[in-house]
Parts: sequence; C-alpha cells; structure tokens
Amino acid sequence: MTQCSAHTRGSTVFSRKFRFCGSLLYAYITAFVHGIATIMEQEVFKLKQQLVEREREISVLKDTLAQLQTSNISIELQEEVTALAPLKEKVMLSNEDVMRYSRQLVLPEFGVKGQLKLSQASVLVVGCGGLGCPLAQYLAAAGIGRLGLLDYDEVELSNLHRQVLHGEQTRGQPKALSAAQAIRRLNPAVECIPYHLRLSHENALQLIQQYPPYCSDNVPTRYLVNDACVLAGKPLVSASALRMEGQLTVYNYEGGPCYRCLYPVPPPPETVTNCSDGGVLGVVPGIMGCFQALEVLKIASGQASSCSQQLLTFDAQDVRFRSIRLRPRQAGCAVCGEKPTVTALKDYETFCGTSATDKCRRLCLLSKEQRISVQEYKEILGGGTPHLLLDVRPLVEVDICHLPFSLSIPLASLEDRKTEDVQLLKERIVETKQQLKSESCVPVYAICKTGNDSQKAVQILQQMAGSELEPISAKDVKGGLMAWAQKIDPSFPQY
Amino acid sequence: MAAPITLHLEFGGGAELLFEGVKDHQVTLPSQSQPWDMKQLLVWIRANMLKERPELFVQGDTVRPGILVLINDADWELMGELTYELQDRDTVVFISTLHGG
Repeated sequence: MTQCSAHTRGSTVFSRKFRFCGSLLYAYITAFVHGIATIMEQEVFKLKQQLVEREREISVLKDTLAQLQTSNISIELQEEVTALAPLKEKVMLSNEDVMRYSRQLVLPEFGVKGQLKLSQASVLVVGCGGLGCPLAQYLAAAGIGRLGLLDYDEVELSNLHRQVLHGEQTRGQPKALSAAQAIRRLNPAVECIPYHLRLSHENALQLIQQYPPYCSDNVPTRYLVNDACVLAGKPLVSASALRMEGQLTVYNYEGGPCYRCLYPVPPPPETVTNCSDGGVLGVVPGIMGCFQALEVLKIASGQASSCSQQLLTFDAQDVRFRSIRLRPRQAGCAVCGEKPTVTALKDYETFCGTSATDKCRRLCLLSKEQRISVQEYKEILGGGTPHLLLDVRPLVEVDICHLPFSLSIPLASLEDRKTEDVQLLKERIVETKQQLKSESCVPVYAICKTGNDSQKAVQILQQMAGSELEPISAKDVKGGLMAWAQKIDPSFPQY
Repeated sequence: MAAPITLHLEFGGGAELLFEGVKDHQVTLPSQSQPWDMKQLLVWIRANMLKERPELFVQGDTVRPGILVLINDADWELMGELTYELQDRDTVVFISTLHGG
C-alpha cells in the first residue's frame, strides 16, 4: 500500500516538473510513431500487391499446365460400349465459364440455369459426317457436358468438303477420333467419347440408354436408332441432307410420333440414294446439322423443342423453308403404339433389305459370263480387238473424268431410247463392225462408276440387240472406272 | 358434274427426278361426275405425268413407302389420306425422305 502511494506521489512530482516539456515530447513521439505506421502501411500494401501479382502468375501457370495436361492426354478410342461414370455435378459457373459463354448467358431464354443444365447433358452423335460435324461443333462450343461421337468410317479426301471437323492431317484416321480431337481443341471442358464401332441391335440400346437427346442417317440405322430411342424413352433429333435439300424432325418427344409412325414400311432399297451417288453441297448438311444442334440445345437446356410432330424441309436451290404438320403418335405403331410388336431390337439390315452403310450397294443383275473384270478389259485393249466401250454415267460425271476412247451415252438416255443417242450408238456399232475382220458380233462393253448402272445398261442393250441395233455381244466391266483407277491406272481420278 | 379443278403439285427430296427434274407443276383435272379424291389423283398422275418406272412412285393404289404426302402443308394422314376430297387450288406435295448426310 505504502509503496504504492509513494510511487504515486513521485510520479506527481515528475509530471509537474516536466508538464511543459512532456507535452512537447508527446507530440514528437506521436509524430514518430505515426511516421513508422505510415511506412509500415506502405510496406504492407506493397507486399499485398506483390502477393496478388504472384497469385496471378501462379494461376496463369496453373491454367497453362492444365491445358497442356488435357491436350496431352490421348483420347481413348472406344471399340465397344462400356458403362460411363455419371457427369460431375456443376452447381456454379467459373469466371472462365462466364466469359466463354457470356453471349448466350445474357439470353433470357438460356441464362445461367440453361448453361448449368447443358453442362449436365450427354448427347450421342450418330455419324460424324456432314451433319454430325456441325452438330458436334456447336454443341461443344455451347458447353455440352458429354459428347458421344460414333462413326465406323475413316476420314477420306471426298469427306472434307462438308465434314468440317476433319482435315488433311487426320486423313485415314477413324472419323470418331478425328472429330474428338477437333472438339478438344475447341472446348477442352467437354468430355468427348469417340466410338469406332458399327451400331447394331446388340449394342444400340446399351449405348442409347447412356445418352439423352440424340441424332442420326442410312435406312437400317434410322429404324434401329428410332426403335432404341423408343425403348429407352429418349427423344431423337433426326436430320438428313442430299443434293440441295434437307429435312429435320424430332421424334419420340413429348408424346409426338416416332419414325415408324411416319414410315411403318422401309422404302425399297433401289429408291434410296446416298451422298456418294446423289451428291451433296457441303453447306446443306452444314445448315441441317446446325438446326439439329439448335433443337438439342433447346431440349438440353430445358426449353421445349417445337419440332415434335413437325417436319422442317429446306430447299437450298430456292432457299425455301417449309414447316409441315405431321400426324400424331399412331396407336397402331409397331414400336410406340398401344400393342407394340417390336419390344427388342432385331436385325435391321434384313428388315430394310439393305446394309447399314453409306457405301454404294453392289447390284448383281448379270451372270458371270456377261461380265468382265478390269484386268480382262486391259487385255482386250492391249490385244487391239475392235470393240465399243460405252460409258453410261450421267454427263456431269463424264465431265469429271472419262477414258478418252469411250462413247458416252447416259443410262437414262438408253432407258428412254433417246433417238439421237440410239442413232449415234448404231453408227458406232457399224463403224466397229467394219473394223472387225470376222462376221462375229460387235463386242460392246458398258462401264460406269462402280458397276451397277453398267449392268442395267447391258440388260437394255440386250433387249435392243437384233431389233433396234445390229446383233452385239454386250458385257459390263465389273467395278467400273473406280476399279480401273484402283487396279489398272492409278493416275485415273477417283471420286 | 363436278367442275374441273386446278391443283399445284410439288415433288421434292428426289421425287422430282421421276418428273424430269421439275419440282412445281400446275395441273388441271377435268370435270367428272364425282369430286376428285387423292386416290383418283394418283391414278391421274400415273397416267398423265409419270413417264418411266412408275413403281418408284406408286405401289398398289397408294404411294410407295418412303414418300410423304402433304395436302396444304399438312401430313395427308390428318386429312383422310386416299379419301381426301380435292378442292380447287389445293397444294399437294410429294416428298421422298432423304437418307444422306
């Protein structure tokens, strides 16, 4: 207690003595401390700034590393259907997502909700061709979660005018892989699964069950995919394009009809034309593939598609779109009707009477004796026997390439017995007969691109021989000019 | 007697190739005692417009599988198919389904 009061007294004396000086000192000290504080604040600020700078550098380095790592992971080509892990749930968008998708995020119809839904969606693209390329490209660009890319073909030079995901560098590679690589470069966030396999009744259902909305082309594949979609309860966004025309419908969607409701019976195989026979201007499947992408995006982001029970047709020649109201779901439909007879997938190639490939069909109309191979024709040429080589392709194809000594009369003109063409043929047969030393029939060899039309031509020539024409011996060249190019003359163009 | 009727016929998706590549046709069907229906129109097209290979267009008394018929921009199934009674200035479209890509 005492000590304490003495101390108190002492300090009173002290403070009294230095009252004046003390206040001065206090001012100095305050200023000094304040100075230190300012310096420290500046130092802290500087350090904080440096940290922000370093953090930014680290994040840039991390991004670069991640990009390098994803582009280095080799894309695994699937040769069979395997079970897929569910997509990781995404609850919010990253800053990069916001920037990448900003132009669609500001659309009220789409928005963050639509973007998040899209990131959870899986789509199977059946065929990475003229339709599949733009479709996959736009779905990936828009941020779809998972893309299954299915194709059994390899990239060929004649694909590149319309199948815009493939390039010179990927010629000869499986199309599914080539497309997956292009998608990876475009948007590495999209999970790409390339399937190098033929869709069949054995694997289709397992595959389609893993993917909601969905897309397709040849006749058996269409029925197969349609039936699998009905059995798996998935919508089918289907488009096609040929020559200068395109068609689009969403099947099996919200109670609408399926493909079979519209086409219960497959078309006769001879009435079906593919791109390699009929031709197609690349931008036409490009436009139709974009329409498919549009409908898939609407369905996957939670908006409705308005293409159910509607057929959109596009005439690229007249630039005319037409939207056609279709019949509703048919109660008597074999797969989606009230009493379905198709309850499991079956052999669709037999059902359609044609193979599930876009390669040309091989007809067999003539007997062995009525056909010669390209090697045999080469020997005939070398032997110098007078004969007539009749090129029966359409003139547009003759303009692409032809053998210089051939006579060109298109199959259609032969079928129509066009007067001037029949006259020309007669004259050339007479000329050839004069060159022949013996009295034997003039040999006429019909040739076309791959050896289908040439057989039909031989049948017509045989009908005409002896009546409309002099007696002739008509045969066709098996495999046509493409076989000639592959086996005899590699400098002859292939198309 | 029903008066003659004028129809706009269109062929697409490759079906026009059976009609010399011409997509649009204006045709006049002559007057007859009964009104014209789709079944009779198909018979008339076969007799008057199809030159070659009619089996690529008609089979039996209807169109071959793979051809979609539209009456005034609606699937003919909604309109009564073969029994639809044609009206003057109707548009009838025949579209072959495409299988390319």
